[in-house]
Amino acid sequence: MKMKKKWYEYLWIFSAAYIVLGFFNILFAWLGLLCFLIPLVISIAGGGKAYCNLYCGRGRLLGLLGGRLGLSRGKEMPGLLKNRWFRYGFLAFFLIMFSNMLFVTYLVFSGAGSLREVVTLLWTIKLPWHWAYNSNVAPWVAQFAFGFYSVMLTSTVIGLAAMALYKPRSWCVFCPMGTMTQLICKAKNRRLLPKSEIQRT
Amino acid sequence: MSDTRTVRAARKAQVDSFSCVACGCCVPSCPRKAISIFKGMFATVDTELCVGCGKCAKACPAGFITVSEAAQ
Repeated sequence: MKMKKKWYEYLWIFSAAYIVLGFFNILFAWLGLLCFLIPLVISIAGGGKAYCNLYCGRGRLLGLLGGRLGLSRGKEMPGLLKNRWFRYGFLAFFLIMFSNMLFVTYLVFSGAGSLREVVTLLWTIKLPWHWAYNSNVAPWVAQFAFGFYSVMLTSTVIGLAAMALYKPRSWCVFCPMGTMTQLICKAKNRRLLPKSEIQRT
Repeated sequence: MSDTRTVRAARKAQVDSFSCVACGCCVPSCPRKAISIFKGMFATVDTELCVGCGKCAKACPAGFITVSEAAQ
Protein backbone atom coordinates (compact mmCIF):
# COMPACT_ATOMS: atom_id res chain seq x y z
CA MET A 1 0.00 0.00 0.00
CA LYS A 2 1.52 3.29 -1.07
CA MET A 3 0.90 6.18 1.29
CA LYS A 4 0.46 9.66 -0.13
CA LYS A 5 3.48 11.76 0.80
CA LYS A 6 2.94 14.69 3.11
CA TRP A 7 4.24 18.13 2.11
CA TYR A 8 6.87 18.17 4.85
CA GLU A 9 8.50 15.04 3.48
CA TYR A 10 9.85 17.25 0.69
CA LEU A 11 11.55 19.73 3.04
CA TRP A 12 14.94 18.14 2.32
CA ILE A 13 14.80 20.19 -0.90
CA PHE A 14 15.00 23.36 1.21
CA SER A 15 18.16 22.20 3.01
CA ALA A 16 19.85 21.02 -0.17
CA ALA A 17 18.90 24.22 -2.02
CA TYR A 18 20.20 26.34 0.86
CA ILE A 19 23.70 24.86 0.62
CA VAL A 20 23.72 25.13 -3.20
CA LEU A 21 22.42 28.72 -3.28
CA GLY A 22 25.21 29.80 -0.93
CA PHE A 23 27.71 28.95 -3.65
CA PHE A 24 26.06 31.48 -5.98
CA ASN A 25 24.98 34.30 -3.69
CA ILE A 26 26.00 34.38 -0.05
CA LEU A 27 23.03 36.59 0.88
CA PHE A 28 20.77 33.54 0.65
CA ALA A 29 22.44 32.53 3.93
CA TRP A 30 19.99 34.84 5.73
CA LEU A 31 17.24 32.29 4.95
CA GLY A 32 18.99 29.99 7.44
CA LEU A 33 17.54 32.11 10.25
CA LEU A 34 14.29 30.26 9.59
CA CYS A 35 15.99 27.02 10.72
CA PHE A 36 16.92 28.75 13.97
CA LEU A 37 13.78 30.68 14.74
CA ILE A 38 11.02 28.25 13.70
CA PRO A 39 12.09 25.40 16.06
CA LEU A 40 12.47 27.85 18.96
CA VAL A 41 9.06 29.44 18.31
CA ILE A 42 7.40 26.00 18.02
CA SER A 43 8.87 24.69 21.27
CA ILE A 44 8.22 27.94 23.20
CA ALA A 45 4.64 28.00 21.89
CA GLY A 46 4.07 24.48 23.25
CA GLY A 47 4.44 22.51 20.04
CA GLY A 48 7.16 20.30 21.52
CA LYS A 49 9.79 19.09 19.11
CA ALA A 50 7.49 19.05 16.09
CA TYR A 51 10.24 20.80 14.13
CA CYS A 52 12.77 17.98 14.69
CA ASN A 53 10.11 15.31 14.38
CA LEU A 54 8.50 16.51 11.17
CA TYR A 55 9.74 19.71 9.60
CA CYS A 56 13.55 19.71 9.86
CA GLY A 57 14.90 19.83 6.31
CA ARG A 58 18.35 18.71 7.37
CA GLY A 59 16.96 15.68 9.22
CA ARG A 60 14.93 14.79 6.13
CA LEU A 61 18.02 15.20 3.91
CA LEU A 62 20.18 13.01 6.16
CA GLY A 63 17.39 10.44 6.39
CA LEU A 64 17.08 10.36 2.61
CA LEU A 65 20.81 10.19 1.82
CA GLY A 66 21.66 7.75 4.60
CA GLY A 67 18.44 5.76 4.52
CA ARG A 68 17.01 5.41 1.05
CA LEU A 69 20.24 6.10 -0.84
CA GLY A 70 22.23 3.91 1.54
CA LEU A 71 25.11 6.32 2.14
CA SER A 72 25.34 5.33 5.80
CA ARG A 73 27.16 2.45 7.50
CA GLY A 74 24.18 2.20 9.84
CA LYS A 75 26.38 1.50 12.85
CA GLU A 76 25.61 2.67 16.33
CA MET A 77 27.47 5.79 17.42
CA PRO A 78 30.12 5.68 20.15
CA GLY A 79 29.05 6.29 23.74
CA LEU A 80 30.79 9.64 24.02
CA LEU A 81 28.81 11.22 21.17
CA LYS A 82 25.47 10.24 22.64
CA ASN A 83 26.33 11.21 26.17
CA ARG A 84 24.04 13.90 27.52
CA TRP A 85 26.93 16.05 28.75
CA PHE A 86 28.61 15.91 25.35
CA ARG A 87 25.38 17.28 23.91
CA TYR A 88 25.25 20.13 26.41
CA GLY A 89 28.96 20.85 25.87
CA PHE A 90 28.50 20.90 22.11
CA LEU A 91 25.53 23.27 22.50
CA ALA A 92 27.64 25.60 24.70
CA PHE A 93 30.53 25.53 22.21
CA PHE A 94 28.12 26.18 19.37
CA LEU A 95 26.56 29.15 21.17
CA ILE A 96 30.00 30.62 21.96
CA MET A 97 31.04 30.36 18.31
CA PHE A 98 27.69 31.81 17.25
CA SER A 99 28.14 34.77 19.62
CA ASN A 100 31.61 35.28 18.20
CA MET A 101 30.09 35.41 14.72
CA LEU A 102 27.56 38.01 15.90
CA PHE A 103 30.39 40.04 17.48
CA VAL A 104 32.39 40.01 14.22
CA THR A 105 29.23 41.21 12.43
CA TYR A 106 28.90 43.99 15.02
CA LEU A 107 32.52 45.05 14.46
CA VAL A 108 31.85 45.40 10.75
CA PHE A 109 28.60 47.26 11.49
CA SER A 110 30.36 49.72 13.78
CA GLY A 111 33.22 50.26 11.34
CA ALA A 112 35.84 48.76 13.66
CA GLY A 113 36.31 45.72 11.42
CA SER A 114 36.28 45.17 7.70
CA LEU A 115 34.27 42.64 5.69
CA ARG A 116 36.03 39.33 5.14
CA GLU A 117 34.70 37.42 2.17
CA VAL A 118 35.51 33.98 3.51
CA VAL A 119 33.49 31.01 4.71
CA THR A 120 35.04 29.35 7.76
CA LEU A 121 34.61 25.59 7.73
CA LEU A 122 34.82 23.68 11.03
CA TRP A 123 35.67 26.97 12.81
CA THR A 124 39.24 26.96 11.46
CA ILE A 125 39.52 26.40 7.70
CA LYS A 126 39.07 29.65 5.80
CA LEU A 127 37.66 29.06 2.33
CA PRO A 128 37.75 31.89 -0.25
CA TRP A 129 34.15 32.66 -1.19
CA HIS A 130 34.40 36.08 -2.89
CA TRP A 131 32.62 34.94 -6.10
CA ALA A 132 29.37 34.60 -4.20
CA TYR A 133 29.31 38.26 -3.21
CA ASN A 134 28.81 41.06 -5.68
CA SER A 135 25.88 42.98 -4.26
CA ASN A 136 25.72 46.48 -2.90
CA VAL A 137 24.38 45.72 0.55
CA ALA A 138 25.72 47.14 3.81
CA PRO A 139 28.99 45.33 4.71
CA TRP A 140 27.56 43.98 7.99
CA VAL A 141 24.66 42.34 6.13
CA ALA A 142 27.21 40.47 4.00
CA GLN A 143 29.42 39.69 7.02
CA PHE A 144 26.48 38.10 8.82
CA ALA A 145 25.69 36.08 5.69
CA PHE A 146 29.27 34.78 5.46
CA GLY A 147 29.25 33.97 9.19
CA PHE A 148 25.87 32.30 9.14
CA TYR A 149 26.67 30.27 6.05
CA SER A 150 29.86 29.11 7.81
CA VAL A 151 27.75 27.83 10.73
CA MET A 152 25.32 26.07 8.39
CA LEU A 153 28.00 24.55 6.15
CA THR A 154 30.02 23.36 9.15
CA SER A 155 27.03 21.67 10.76
CA THR A 156 26.01 20.13 7.43
CA VAL A 157 29.51 18.68 6.96
CA ILE A 158 29.51 17.25 10.51
CA GLY A 159 25.99 15.92 9.92
CA LEU A 160 27.01 14.20 6.69
CA ALA A 161 30.12 12.71 8.34
CA ALA A 162 28.02 11.38 11.25
CA MET A 163 25.49 10.02 8.73
CA ALA A 164 28.19 8.17 6.75
CA LEU A 165 29.93 6.75 9.84
CA TYR A 166 26.92 5.91 11.98
CA LYS A 167 23.14 5.88 11.46
CA PRO A 168 21.54 8.31 8.98
CA ARG A 169 20.25 10.81 11.52
CA SER A 170 23.08 10.58 14.06
CA TRP A 171 23.53 14.35 13.80
CA CYS A 172 20.09 14.74 15.46
CA VAL A 173 21.48 13.20 18.66
CA PHE A 174 23.83 16.12 19.32
CA CYS A 175 22.26 18.81 17.10
CA PRO A 176 22.44 22.06 19.11
CA MET A 177 18.99 23.17 17.96
CA GLY A 178 17.52 19.82 19.02
CA THR A 179 19.24 20.02 22.41
CA MET A 180 17.99 23.57 22.87
CA THR A 181 14.37 22.79 21.94
CA GLN A 182 14.37 19.69 24.16
CA LEU A 183 15.66 21.78 27.08
CA ILE A 184 12.87 24.31 26.47
CA CYS A 185 10.28 21.50 26.43
CA LYS A 186 11.71 19.99 29.63
CA ALA A 187 11.69 23.37 31.36
CA LYS A 188 8.10 24.00 30.29
CA ASN A 189 6.89 20.55 31.34
CA ARG A 190 9.10 20.05 34.36
CA ARG A 191 6.22 18.71 36.45
CA LEU A 192 5.61 15.93 33.96
CA LEU A 193 9.20 14.65 33.98
CA PRO A 194 9.79 11.32 35.73
CA LYS A 195 11.11 11.83 39.26
CA SER A 196 14.24 9.83 38.48
CA GLU A 197 15.10 12.30 35.76
CA ILE A 198 14.75 15.37 37.98
CA GLN A 199 17.07 13.81 40.55
CA ARG A 200 19.64 12.98 37.91
CA THR A 201 19.66 16.42 36.24
CA MET B 1 0.57 -35.40 29.81
CA SER B 2 1.69 -32.08 31.19
CA ASP B 3 2.28 -29.02 29.03
CA THR B 4 6.02 -28.39 28.92
CA ARG B 5 5.88 -25.13 26.97
CA THR B 6 7.35 -22.21 28.87
CA VAL B 7 5.18 -19.15 29.03
CA ARG B 8 7.23 -16.13 28.06
CA ALA B 9 6.30 -12.53 28.58
CA ALA B 10 5.65 -10.53 25.41
CA ARG B 11 8.57 -8.55 24.05
CA LYS B 12 8.09 -4.80 24.10
CA ALA B 13 10.16 -1.80 23.12
CA GLN B 14 11.59 0.18 26.02
CA VAL B 15 12.97 3.71 25.78
CA ASP B 16 15.82 5.06 27.90
CA SER B 17 13.87 8.25 28.57
CA PHE B 18 16.75 9.80 30.52
CA SER B 19 18.98 9.75 27.45
CA CYS B 20 16.38 10.04 24.66
CA VAL B 21 16.78 13.22 22.59
CA ALA B 22 13.20 13.17 21.25
CA CYS B 23 14.40 13.46 17.66
CA GLY B 24 11.41 11.44 16.49
CA CYS B 25 13.28 9.06 14.14
CA CYS B 26 11.49 6.13 15.77
CA VAL B 27 7.94 7.45 15.29
CA PRO B 28 7.44 6.79 11.55
CA SER B 29 9.25 3.44 11.80
CA CYS B 30 6.52 1.87 13.95
CA PRO B 31 4.01 -0.12 11.90
CA ARG B 32 1.55 -0.02 14.80
CA LYS B 33 1.84 3.71 15.61
CA ALA B 34 2.73 2.64 19.15
CA ILE B 35 5.54 5.13 19.68
CA SER B 36 5.19 8.88 20.09
CA ILE B 37 7.15 11.84 21.43
CA PHE B 38 5.83 13.01 24.78
CA LYS B 39 5.72 16.83 24.84
CA GLY B 40 9.05 17.16 23.06
CA MET B 41 10.91 15.47 25.95
CA PHE B 42 11.29 11.77 25.12
CA ALA B 43 9.73 8.91 23.19
CA THR B 44 7.08 6.78 24.87
CA VAL B 45 5.80 3.36 23.86
CA ASP B 46 2.17 2.32 24.11
CA THR B 47 2.72 -1.21 25.38
CA GLU B 48 -0.83 -2.17 24.47
CA LEU B 49 -0.03 -1.58 20.80
CA CYS B 50 3.66 -2.58 20.74
CA VAL B 51 4.35 -5.99 19.23
CA GLY B 52 8.11 -5.87 19.91
CA CYS B 53 9.15 -5.93 16.26
CA GLY B 54 12.23 -3.79 16.99
CA LYS B 55 11.91 -1.41 14.04
CA CYS B 56 12.06 1.58 16.38
CA ALA B 57 15.22 0.23 18.01
CA LYS B 58 16.81 0.01 14.58
CA ALA B 59 15.68 3.52 13.68
CA CYS B 60 16.99 5.16 16.88
CA PRO B 61 20.29 6.82 15.91
CA ALA B 62 21.65 6.51 19.44
CA GLY B 63 20.40 3.02 20.31
CA PHE B 64 18.34 4.27 23.26
CA ILE B 65 15.51 1.84 22.49
CA THR B 66 15.78 -1.82 23.41
CA VAL B 67 13.33 -4.65 22.92
CA SER B 68 13.01 -7.01 25.82
CA GLU B 69 10.50 -9.08 27.70
CA ALA B 70 8.33 -6.63 29.53
CA ALA B 71 7.95 -6.93 33.28
CA GLN B 72 4.40 -8.02 34.08
